[in-house]
Amino acid sequence: MKTHAKDLDECGRLSAKALGFELQEIEDWQCCGGTYPLAKDEIATKLSSVRALVAARDAGQDLITLCSACFNVIKQVNNDMATDNDIRTKVNNYMKLDTPYKGDVKVLHYLTVLRDTIGWDKVKEAVKNPLTGMKIGGYYGCLLLRPSNVLELDDPENPQILEDFIRALGGEPVIYSMRNECCGAYTILEDKKIPEKRSRKILTNAQDMGADFLITACPLCEYNLSQNEMSKDVPVYYFTKLLAHALGLRDMEELQ
Amino acid sequence: MDDIKKMTEQVERISGVDVRKCMRCGKCSATCPNYDEMEFHPHEFVYMVERGKIRNLMDSKALYTCLSCFACIERCPRQVEPAKLIEATRMMVEREKGAMHLKPEMVAEKLDDKLPQQAIVSAFRKYKK
Repeated sequence: MKTHAKDLDECGRLSAKALGFELQEIEDWQCCGGTYPLAKDEIATKLSSVRALVAARDAGQDLITLCSACFNVIKQVNNDMATDNDIRTKVNNYMKLDTPYKGDVKVLHYLTVLRDTIGWDKVKEAVKNPLTGMKIGGYYGCLLLRPSNVLELDDPENPQILEDFIRALGGEPVIYSMRNECCGAYTILEDKKIPEKRSRKILTNAQDMGADFLITACPLCEYNLSQNEMSKDVPVYYFTKLLAHALGLRDMEELQ
Repeated sequence: MDDIKKMTEQVERISGVDVRKCMRCGKCSATCPNYDEMEFHPHEFVYMVERGKIRNLMDSKALYTCLSCFACIERCPRQVEPAKLIEATRMMVEREKGAMHLKPEMVAEKLDDKLPQQAIVSAFRKYKK
């Protein structure tokens, strides 16, 4: 977020201020690892997420993420700490905290703060450059939605948070069936053909349904989709970049 | 000789999956976005673990083409959650001494100036211990 996904970060912070909330970065944060450790006996790979959660708890704050992957990993680890006695005991034994951590911090994605705390009406009121006439596809991918019983962000098969977001900014949301299917993710380092094929299918589907461009909350989705030839016709932007543009905070040259 | 019973127990323990809950509906493989790239498909992982064919799974490239997209986990009507078996089998391989599907020295040539760090940390989490 400090280098490759600057837009996601900077535009998110700028927009938050304009909408009346401030994001405080956790000091000396560690990377969540990008993908949730699915094995039940994995402990070490969950510690960085727990450290972030403990920092938020000690500061008396909710933990907000801008990135889908951070949200997915940290919220699932938080759920382990709240519900899995074995994992909770091992992690706490290792970390030797003054107060053991029990998964009591609220993990929120930036989009849910807009929906549940600020409200779409308030966002709409703050819009200075409405995206009138723009047909925009929300690209959810995997990590915002699944597993839905833990993440509880939206309906995993028929989500609407990105569509509501687009409507609040004055744009027209485009529904396309591949919006919650995988872009190919980290297989970019295993076999480039996999994300190439996955991303092409997603972009083709979005184009067929009439999308001018897509928005995403995930740096790896942004990369995989943007690397694809099809993205010349259907480019991909971070949702916060679009938000900052609509709020009149930073113009998007791409939309001129 | 592999101790098949022991290996099967290990995969079940690491994954936390009860393969006997599967009702063989095939929804996991039907919904798998990377079906075409997998030698063994999610439903086959369930069946083969049940039959003790762990070594065949451990030797398969399918371990590295699972996208961890959570589609089969989300959509399994019996909460069998096949991706957890794929992960557990991969762990069986990666936890052997010296095993490392993606070695750090292999990464440099795969980088370009736009690739997010997320890709590298995720790949390391999936392709090595």
